[in-house]
Amino acid sequence: MTIPIDPASEPAGTPAAPGPTVLTKDEKGISQGRLILKRFLAHRPALVSIVLFLLIVGFAATATGIFGLPGWWKWSYETLLPIQNNGAPTLSLVPEFLGGAGISLGDHPFGQNSVGKDYFAMVMRGIVNSSYIMIIIGVIAALVGVVIGAIAGYYRGWVDATLMRITDIVIVIPVIVIGAVVGTAVGGLGPATLAVFLGFVAWTGIARLVRAEFLSLREREFVEAARVAGASDLRIIFKHILPNAMGVVIVATTLLIAAAIILETSLSFLGFGVKLPEVSLGNLISQNESAFQTRPWLFWWPAVFIVALSLLVNFVGDGLRDAFDPRQKRVVFRKVKDLPEDALVVSGTTADVPEGALVTAGGATTVAGVSSEQGEDVLDEEISPDTGRGA
Amino acid sequence: MFSYVLRRIGVSILILIAASFLMYVLVAWAKDPLDDLYANNSPNRDALIAQRIQWLHLDQNVVVRWFNWLLGAARCVIPFGGCDLGVTIQNQPVDVLLGRAVGSTLQLVTAATVLAIVLGITIGIVSALRQYSAVDYTFTFGSFFLYSLPSFLMGVLLKVFVALGFNDWLRDPVFSWATIIVVSVVAGLFWQAIIGGNRLRRLVVFAASLLVTGLIMFGMSVTGWFLNPSLGPVLSPLLIAAFAAGMVILIAGPRARFAWRTAGATAIVLIVAYFVLQPFLPLFNGLGIFLLFVAAIGVGVGAGWLLGEHDKGQAMRIGALAGLLGMGVIILDQFMQNWNAYLTNPRVRGRPIATVGSQTPNLQGDFWIQGIDTFTHLLLPTISLMLISFAAYTRYARGGMLETLNQDYIRTARAKGLPERTVVVRHAFRNSLIPITTIVAADVGALIGGAIITERIFAFSGMGALFSKGLSTGDPNPVMAYFVVVAIFAITFNFLADLAYSALDPRVRAK
Repeated sequence: MTIPIDPASEPAGTPAAPGPTVLTKDEKGISQGRLILKRFLAHRPALVSIVLFLLIVGFAATATGIFGLPGWWKWSYETLLPIQNNGAPTLSLVPEFLGGAGISLGDHPFGQNSVGKDYFAMVMRGIVNSSYIMIIIGVIAALVGVVIGAIAGYYRGWVDATLMRITDIVIVIPVIVIGAVVGTAVGGLGPATLAVFLGFVAWTGIARLVRAEFLSLREREFVEAARVAGASDLRIIFKHILPNAMGVVIVATTLLIAAAIILETSLSFLGFGVKLPEVSLGNLISQNESAFQTRPWLFWWPAVFIVALSLLVNFVGDGLRDAFDPRQKRVVFRKVKDLPEDALVVSGTTADVPEGALVTAGGATTVAGVSSEQGEDVLDEEISPDTGRGA
Repeated sequence: MFSYVLRRIGVSILILIAASFLMYVLVAWAKDPLDDLYANNSPNRDALIAQRIQWLHLDQNVVVRWFNWLLGAARCVIPFGGCDLGVTIQNQPVDVLLGRAVGSTLQLVTAATVLAIVLGITIGIVSALRQYSAVDYTFTFGSFFLYSLPSFLMGVLLKVFVALGFNDWLRDPVFSWATIIVVSVVAGLFWQAIIGGNRLRRLVVFAASLLVTGLIMFGMSVTGWFLNPSLGPVLSPLLIAAFAAGMVILIAGPRARFAWRTAGATAIVLIVAYFVLQPFLPLFNGLGIFLLFVAAIGVGVGAGWLLGEHDKGQAMRIGALAGLLGMGVIILDQFMQNWNAYLTNPRVRGRPIATVGSQTPNLQGDFWIQGIDTFTHLLLPTISLMLISFAAYTRYARGGMLETLNQDYIRTARAKGLPERTVVVRHAFRNSLIPITTIVAADVGALIGGAIITERIFAFSGMGALFSKGLSTGDPNPVMAYFVVVAIFAITFNFLADLAYSALDPRVRAK
């Protein structure tokens, strides 16, 4: 039942012809990093997502200004302004030749909130705050998780037992609960402090993943070789094992970042996260929830950006997962009749295939034994209990 | 095995105690329960402060307070030990509040969990069986989207569009032609993509489902069905029979005679029951209906046992499912007959879908009216909770199914000539459920405490409300009570998940 897969995706086998071994460009080894990069760049949705994400965050950051630098937008998110036209948005996107008012931002492109603050400035500020909160959470959680997971997995024994029991203690408390408690305490101290503290409660999932990875990697020959050569424990952990576990860490961190924006906005929505006068996408929604009937734009703008940011990061995570997991090759399914005549190694097999057994909808052939999905969701399942969706 | 269980329970208890300490200290650090009184200007402020300090023992060190709390909470485990979870800042005993909250949260999450599991696994498996087709991509994108949608957004959107939209539409429940056409075309596309097959078959399925959907919607529109819905003595028996036939085709295939006999016998009994029960159904209550379902499943199992021939197990499953769904039709029809009475009730005033609370205050009515009332109140929070876990389950089910389909034993099953249906239903489906079981079990444990936001949006006073109200006033005891329940659920279900895994998959051994 060997139905050939797309030849391009098959590993380079033995040299085609005997003779002087001149390595062609194809046969030269490609470094792991390049392979991953290539696979990631081939993942169209992920690539588009990362570009869009950077565009949104960059646009918001330049509009409101960061690190003390002024932005290009004329209003600040705190200034009270007289309410014009009941605070309706002045943004217009329909060009004049289509009968619209032309493409222009106007004075208040996203309208004004109920007290007259410029909503565009507030939403941009919210995007900046929410996105740097989620990145800080991701980075801190990854650092703490990697260190704890690496030490536990490498040393095993009582160190492992102690660290993992500590992890269990934190895991027992749902992230949204411990996040709410921490947020109540430090939410008033500004978004950065909140993010740092939330990072220190969200590391458990990554620690478990890294530990599992270390437990299996530490038994490999290259680790033994390094030990025989006299490498110190620290060197083995950080120079030899960690680079091999990096794929897991990067993917898990990306997915954690996607979960972190939901955690932050949810906490802010509940009033346990970012507090007024500082804005985040979550507390913008919570302030304007009741205004939905009268001024829907106050609700829609932050809502659209929350979903967009979270969706984009999730897509990037998905692309990274495909790129890092070498078991996942995107199988190109071809219709049997599209294959060249001589492509079928097993002659006459197609006739034996019972109707519907291998030929699925539309005649696309499922190739048994080749999975492009294998393990895709393993990461998910490790991380998800930790995402603190809070429902 | 026994020592494993004992050790595991022992470690769990230690973890629970340590986590409760962490939580207690964190809550005490997060907010001072006297904050609101400091801002108070009333003349007896000092007395109030002193009183609250006495109620909550705030004069003691936080570690001592935690220890006393732990002693009180530990007595809850001992029967008749005198459970003491402390008092709130208003001096109400927490255990009473907790009991009420657990009840109402369980009511909220049960249906959501069951629906999410059933729908998530179904869609995930369909998605896997039609890998890389348009359906698969649609479901994949849909689940990503739902996964990225925070629950508070989902809740608010449901409230505005579904509740208000449906209630407004119900004033004049007529579908416009545009709606009918769009929905019919979408339904046609959906079914042809799911059922699949060659071009002709797809076309037939598309046309048939388009027509049927269009006709149903038109019929509902013309007869004002939404104001006075019912399945009636014609549709109900037809539906019962259709469900039975569907189970046979899905599970055993159209050529299995024994399955047709089983399902047919079950369907006949249920159709007779439909007519016999009609005059008595208004007198039933919850327990009676539960017994009816048990009886219906029993009839199905019995029919399977008697008529199952060589494959009694499968026949009994088909019979049980046909009985369950058939009884569902009968009960649904009875609820529908009461819908108009509910709708015209002066307390409902024609706007049935509620957005706050868990019941209409002062609603008069029998079991069926109250049942509809609960349904209309739980509908939106349930959908909102369901869609989130549903998105994740779809991904797991799809991944699990694809992995299983690539196993050697599936290839063997196909190679020995089994029909694809048997391969999928018997070999692949069951094995792909093993990893999902553990995820679901762990998730159910988390769900009980995970409805904080949904409860807040729909003004539902359950566990989440207990927690967030307690935390925002710095009230430690309700927060701790919430934590204990959630943590015990989470630990227990994780434990069960591990046990289930090792029971279902002998390669994994609990040690």
